[in-house]
Amino acid sequence: MRSFTYQRATSSQEAIAAVAANPDARFIAGGTNLLDLMKLGIERPSHLVDISRLPLAEIEDTPEGGLRIGAEVRNSDLAADLRVRNRYPVLAQALLAGASAQIRNKASTAGNLLQRTRCYFFYDPNMPCNKRQPGSGCAAIEGFNRMHAILGTSSACIAVHPSDMAVAMAALDAQIETVTPEGETRAIPIGDLHSLPGETPNVETVLRHGEMITAVVLPPPPAGRQIYRKVRDRASYAFALVSVAAVIDAGAGRVLSARIAMGGIAPKPWRLSEAERLLSGAEPSKETFEQVDDAAFAKARGSGDNDFKIMLARRTLRATLAAAIRTA
Amino acid sequence: MSENRTNASPSHTNETYIGRPLDRVDGRLKVTGGAPYAYEHVEIAGAVHGYILGAAIAKGRMAAIDTAEAEKAPGVLYVMTHRNAPSQPDFGPSVTPTVPEVFTRARPMLSDDRVRFYDEPVALIVAETFEAARAAASLIRVRYETEPGRYDMEAHLAEAYAPQRTNAGFETDSAVGDFEGAFAAAEVRLDVSYTTPYQHHNPMEPHATTAVWSGDDLTIYTGAQTIANFRAGIANTLQLPPERVRIVSPFVGGGFGAKLIVHADTVLAALAARVVGRPVKIALTRQQMFANAGHRAKMKHDVRLGADRNGRLVAISHDVFSATSGFEEFCEQTAVFVRALYASQTRRTRHRLIGLDTNRGEWMRSPGEAPGMLAFECAIDEMAEQLGLDPIEFRIRNEPTRDPERDVPFSTRNLVACMQEGAKRFGWKRRNSQPRAMRDGRFLVGYGMAAAMRPNYIGATRARVRLGGNGHLTVQADMTDIGTGTYTILTQIAADATGLPPSAITVELGDSNFPRTAGSGGSWGAASSGSAVHNACLALRERIVAEARRADPSLASVAAGDVDFANGEIRWAGRGEPLGQLVGRLAPSGIEAEGQVERGDDYRNFSQHSYGAHFVEAGVDIDTGEIRIRRMLSTIGAGRILNQKTARSQVIGGMTWGIGAALMEESVLDPRYGHFVNHDLAEYHVPVNADVPFLEVVFLEEHDDKANVLGSKGIGELGVCGTGAAVANAIYNATGVRVREFPITLDKLLAGLA
Ligand SMILES: Cc1cc2nc3c(=O)[nH]c(=O)nc-3n(C[C@H](O)[C@H](O)[C@H](O)COP(=O)(O)OP(=O)(O)OC[C@H]3O[C@@H](n4cnc5c(N)ncnc54)[C@H](O)[C@@H]3O)c2cc1C
Ligand code: SF4
Repeated sequence: MRSFTYQRATSSQEAIAAVAANPDARFIAGGTNLLDLMKLGIERPSHLVDISRLPLAEIEDTPEGGLRIGAEVRNSDLAADLRVRNRYPVLAQALLAGASAQIRNKASTAGNLLQRTRCYFFYDPNMPCNKRQPGSGCAAIEGFNRMHAILGTSSACIAVHPSDMAVAMAALDAQIETVTPEGETRAIPIGDLHSLPGETPNVETVLRHGEMITAVVLPPPPAGRQIYRKVRDRASYAFALVSVAAVIDAGAGRVLSARIAMGGIAPKPWRLSEAERLLSGAEPSKETFEQVDDAAFAKARGSGDNDFKIMLARRTLRATLAAAIRTA
Repeated sequence: MSENRTNASPSHTNETYIGRPLDRVDGRLKVTGGAPYAYEHVEIAGAVHGYILGAAIAKGRMAAIDTAEAEKAPGVLYVMTHRNAPSQPDFGPSVTPTVPEVFTRARPMLSDDRVRFYDEPVALIVAETFEAARAAASLIRVRYETEPGRYDMEAHLAEAYAPQRTNAGFETDSAVGDFEGAFAAAEVRLDVSYTTPYQHHNPMEPHATTAVWSGDDLTIYTGAQTIANFRAGIANTLQLPPERVRIVSPFVGGGFGAKLIVHADTVLAALAARVVGRPVKIALTRQQMFANAGHRAKMKHDVRLGADRNGRLVAISHDVFSATSGFEEFCEQTAVFVRALYASQTRRTRHRLIGLDTNRGEWMRSPGEAPGMLAFECAIDEMAEQLGLDPIEFRIRNEPTRDPERDVPFSTRNLVACMQEGAKRFGWKRRNSQPRAMRDGRFLVGYGMAAAMRPNYIGATRARVRLGGNGHLTVQADMTDIGTGTYTILTQIAADATGLPPSAITVELGDSNFPRTAGSGGSWGAASSGSAVHNACLALRERIVAEARRADPSLASVAAGDVDFANGEIRWAGRGEPLGQLVGRLAPSGIEAEGQVERGDDYRNFSQHSYGAHFVEAGVDIDTGEIRIRRMLSTIGAGRILNQKTARSQVIGGMTWGIGAALMEESVLDPRYGHFVNHDLAEYHVPVNADVPFLEVVFLEEHDDKANVLGSKGIGELGVCGTGAAVANAIYNATGVRVREFPITLDKLLAGLA
């Protein structure tokens, strides 16, 4: 049997030290992604450090009026938290749009951020995949790529980051708190956590081996209407083809501020900064929306089966903005 | 002997249980985990675990296979490859001489160095645990010599050939009149092509087997729909006398046609258990199910319809091009239903195959009608629109009075009644025949309908009943309950035929030691085993009466018509005695009888089908193209309903399959590597609860006395026939976009919504 050792950590320091000491060690939280990958032989850790019982499952108010979400808070608990539902409804909606109730009961906040792509070829060890086996090629670029990315891709990899939660967190300007093997605490803006594939799609985040996520900090809730809109192939239990997290503050015929992130279209939660800039202060007209669309998707490129995502992303974005402004 | 009316119905009718929505008699066992399935629940001492290693290529040969490391891995007992596999017969020709042999032929595994399809077994690892076996599999090194393969059906359409026959032995082609001439001359013409994709059954319980040898006797615990096929398949593959093979399959976690024949798990477990001298368990992984457990083949349907201005069809043609494998042929009878559905002066149906380097398609819930009606019933909707006719009215104008190709009468045919009753209940008249005219917020709303039809089969079946001295009746047959409710309906049938309450009856199924049946498949299970059980009970009654008269000559004076079985008693002209007491008195060890059924004259002389009509209200998000089914209703005319609850469950299960077929089910075959890309349940989508709205099922009152002694007809597959077309027609009505390539995913609608 492909054996591995297992350790239930009693403190973050212990966990970090244990993983840092062994290049083949991994943190395990809910295990809903890692265990599947182990069964398929895609992840082959020699040592698992279970962090799911560490005292990191609290959701606390911050002095600034935001929330500090422990890394081990379960997705279902986070979605049910009254403060989240009232002040960050886009996050609650995104969480509830993800996976199934059973998986959300297991899945942790940090694990969700670090879940791997669902690219079919990544999950099939017989197929070439630069992310799984650097240099082996990418079976998706010229293969079936209906679920794949249209922005932020490279000639080495076109995989999508599949998280819903992370898209909402991106729109909310979350900060990711980590502790490095040296014991230092880092605060990483969520937009900087995930790396674009470039030539090294196997490198997915800026985290170092042994660096552990301890919390996600949300700044005080932004003004405006929050909406998460997920488009998928069935009504539940499917990854996003395209999703939009939008926080739009509008009034008196003008958009005052806008924060928009999209999922399902890129290797990381995709913040639409240029579109936000165009929207802020603008009158919500057909022309504005067209400019926003063009800014957001000028660089979008399909790879065949996913060409439709460009049109779908435009239409979903427009519909979500219209809904947010209508009801703001 | 005519099948169903050999034993005239009992003098009285005591039918109090048939038809009732009796709860499943095995329900409690199932929900408490007490129902033993092939892999997990049959506790067998010393059992070891097998893991199958599949080929990483789709076509070629293994130049080398190195198992040394795997053999040394901890816990590994045995590694089987083509180099050391026990001898088995050759696979043989791609088409068996007769139809039944398809089900019973030898299916050798690991027999040579060739790879015929992606993920075909190339090695079996047997180890103390599943994990050890799987880990060892990753240590096997195979060097392949890959050969170019044919994987893309469309690219090879020009090489299509006509098979000798279709599945179930139907003629490959049929022709009535001069189709080409009539089509060319028709006032209104439709000429369209549809495609239906590869689909997989994906029963909840994967294919799994535990094989146990005792001397030269082999017992197989598995999930089987037809015990006799499994017994013959294993006997032929292992070259054993069938009597040496026992198949046990009391509970099956879904079959849908995927468990009609032996697959790799069963053959390899049987072979390996003999070598290692211990029981061997093998389950296919979900991923392995995609290559090794059957599928529905991809098809292209060319449908041509000609009609006169009055809406009468003058020409019907349905040509089907289907993928299959080169090494074993399977031709789904996709256009066969067209031979009986609508009247027309001319008609033509043809089946063509394209041999690819994949595994072959197999039987999947409603072979023929499921993909065929998906295409054809959409084409009928298109034609109705061209004619400016309501789709129900169009169908009524083309309702035949006799089976149009066989020229025999229908036994019962309530298609028109199904459509009319369904229309009334659904509120069909509120439909706006103009597409894109109904709206609810951001949703475009449409109504669609389609007809359903599925042949009624019956298969040679025997059953045994035994009334014990304690008054308890045991029913035995090698019939299977694949989740359909067979245990329950057989209990009800036996109760009515003997006058015993269900609590005094135990039904035992799924064991080759019991009398042979046609098993579960083709919706023939209830009719076949139900009739045999009914007949067995009548034979039992005759034996009981004879025993009683022998013991008490005074009973000779009671006329046969005055002997009655009711409320657990036998009554002689009104004078009753509890059955248990009587049997205890006269034959303390019990009284036994057998009954049987086979195809008779009525089967040949009448056209027998179940019918239905499906109605769908669909919403399409105008921004994103997301499709949500809002409501669905099916009216069913399927003879006598044996159990309202289990029958309804069968129909709503079929309707759910229809939603899946219309909207999401598709296995994507990679034209470069020959594998199914989305080979797990995260990416092979079936409807989840949120996709399925309230489903209403209405059974029309019907009794088909030509079908069988019970008056029932098959119902397990009818729910999926035409349902997807009703969904597609509703989407067209909502959007004005006609998608002819299934499934209808939102990307295919988007451009048309702009
Ligand atoms: C069938 C299916 C459908 C799904 N559908 C959706 C969906 O629609 N939307 C969606 O968003 N998600 C979906 N998911 C994914 C699911 O949300 C993730 O699997 C889950 O969030 C992962 O969390 P976990 O705690 O189980 O992670 P684990 O599997 O325990 O860990 C995942 C990775 O994160 C690392 N890790 C975990 N915690 C830390 C930490 N504190 N610091 C550093 N590294 C850490 C682990 O080492 C591992 O590499 C689906 C999953 C499945 C199986
Ligand atoms: S898209 Fe990325 S993950 Fe998918 S096969 Fe290509 S390299 Fe691998």
